[in-house]
Amino acid sequence: MGSETAVMVRDLGKRYGDVTAVDGIDFDIGRGEVFALLGPNGAGKTTTVEILEGFRHRDRGTVAVLGHDPGHPSRAWRARIGIVLQLASVGPELTVQEMVRHFAALYPQSRDPDEAIELVGLTGKARSRIGGLSGGQARRLDVAMGIVGRPELLFLDEPTTGFDPEARRHFWDLIRDLRTDGTTIVLTTHYLDEAEALADRIAVIAAGRIVAAGDPGSLGGRSAAAARVSWTATGPAIRTAGEKQGRTTVETTTPTQLIAELRQQFDGEIPGLTVTRPTLEDTYLELTAKATS
Amino acid sequence: MTAQAQTILPGRPRQAIPGPASMPALWRLAAARGGIEVKTFFRDKMAVAFIFGLPSILLVLFGSIFGGQAAARGVSVGQLYASGMIAGGIMSTSFQYLGIGIATERENGTLKRLAGTPMPPAAYFAGKVVQVMVCTLSETALLMLVGTLFYHLQLPASPGRWWTFAWVFVLGSAACALMGIAASSLPRSVASATPIITLPFTVLQFISGIYVPFSNIPGWMQDLASLFPLKWMAQGMRSVFLPGQAATLEPAHVWEHGRTALVLAVWIAAGLVLCVKTFRWQNRG
Repeated sequence: MGSETAVMVRDLGKRYGDVTAVDGIDFDIGRGEVFALLGPNGAGKTTTVEILEGFRHRDRGTVAVLGHDPGHPSRAWRARIGIVLQLASVGPELTVQEMVRHFAALYPQSRDPDEAIELVGLTGKARSRIGGLSGGQARRLDVAMGIVGRPELLFLDEPTTGFDPEARRHFWDLIRDLRTDGTTIVLTTHYLDEAEALADRIAVIAAGRIVAAGDPGSLGGRSAAAARVSWTATGPAIRTAGEKQGRTTVETTTPTQLIAELRQQFDGEIPGLTVTRPTLEDTYLELTAKATS
Repeated sequence: MTAQAQTILPGRPRQAIPGPASMPALWRLAAARGGIEVKTFFRDKMAVAFIFGLPSILLVLFGSIFGGQAAARGVSVGQLYASGMIAGGIMSTSFQYLGIGIATERENGTLKRLAGTPMPPAAYFAGKVVQVMVCTLSETALLMLVGTLFYHLQLPASPGRWWTFAWVFVLGSAACALMGIAASSLPRSVASATPIITLPFTVLQFISGIYVPFSNIPGWMQDLASLFPLKWMAQGMRSVFLPGQAATLEPAHVWEHGRTALVLAVWIAAGLVLCVKTFRWQNRG
């Protein structure tokens, strides 16, 4: 049993009738890694994660999660994973503390419930009924229920939907703390800045296949991609590759040299100069557009 | 995990991979589930008003409107209503509550969330048994109180009648609970759960002699009602709480204890099979 690998996926496939949801995907997640799965709705992201969580059966391929086949979930295996589902608040009649204590009681070596509540920042709401929580507070309760069992592997499905910016930052800190504690984390999210801030590695899934995988900085050849140099086109323009609204934009793999040339042309400051590389969002949109076209 | 990785979060240090030996015992989990279920029931305004309170309210309404009339020599209509409503109350807290409650839990994801934990399915069902027992006993006690205070309901005086009460109560609530669990798979949304479960329950109460004395029901409706447990539960409860001569009001002119036990046992067996075949932890889609 590979103790360094938390999740191993080979040639995973799943069909619903005539629709192929997942079409032969492979990836590994190392222990202690934060792994983000990105992709548009309907790309096969949720199906893949639900197979890993032991909620759905696969049609083909080999999967091992913490060394076990999630197609046959056992109690001992379930005790080692935590799942934060994308759901509305449940148990409105119970208090936050009652719910987290109850979930703690289901696991063999759970965290102190009050500590789990504190970690998600709900201590002030511990005695409040769940039905009265705001959307963001209910999500944080979901997370508390997911981590109270002290999981080795934590699945987070769209964890920060409905969070205000401050709550998101607070949540990111919590994820980093869990990672430092050795927890492996599988994250699905629509927020690319979240994936970039948290993930050690990202896989982009589109039309049931993985179209790119790598660390956030180099995903999809991002770090080697051409830089985009743009300036206000007054005066002598040298390579007018594209001119729009009075600005000239050039894509180049040698931006430093271009700027040196421009500096000579303009004889000093280059008006309105910007140099950008594709953001993770640019790369993501390009990858998913290519895969679905 | 490497040796340098520190436990920066407070609490007990991470231990070796837990084996089944360190799992919480089933009875503990069942008790925890039962506690949560009972708490949820009595804090839920819908459950308290509609499931728990309604049978007593209906007993007061029907009993006050028709209760003074004599159904037979020495038997008032109020007594008929009180003993029949005890059977209706059992079905309310078992069939109706489980049918609506589990459908809601399935659609809002409570069941899926529990399925993602190491809780064994048996603990979930044990919790439901605790909830049904606590709520149904309280419901029955409340109806017996209202019945004896206002409608001359007489508590059983002989051990034989208490024994009949016990087995009708246990078999009836078990049959209704299993039907409720099976029926919870029918609604496809939280909003449709209440009408889909409540409609057949209401019809059954009308044709089984809960809202209208059974001797006033047309024959074909009596025959239809005889296929379901509620008619037999109500008849069993009448045999517990009414004077012996009231048996003449029954279609068979006797209490038919043997047939009652048989019908309820068949429903328990059928309900069990149906539950095993249809129970799902996730909603469709």
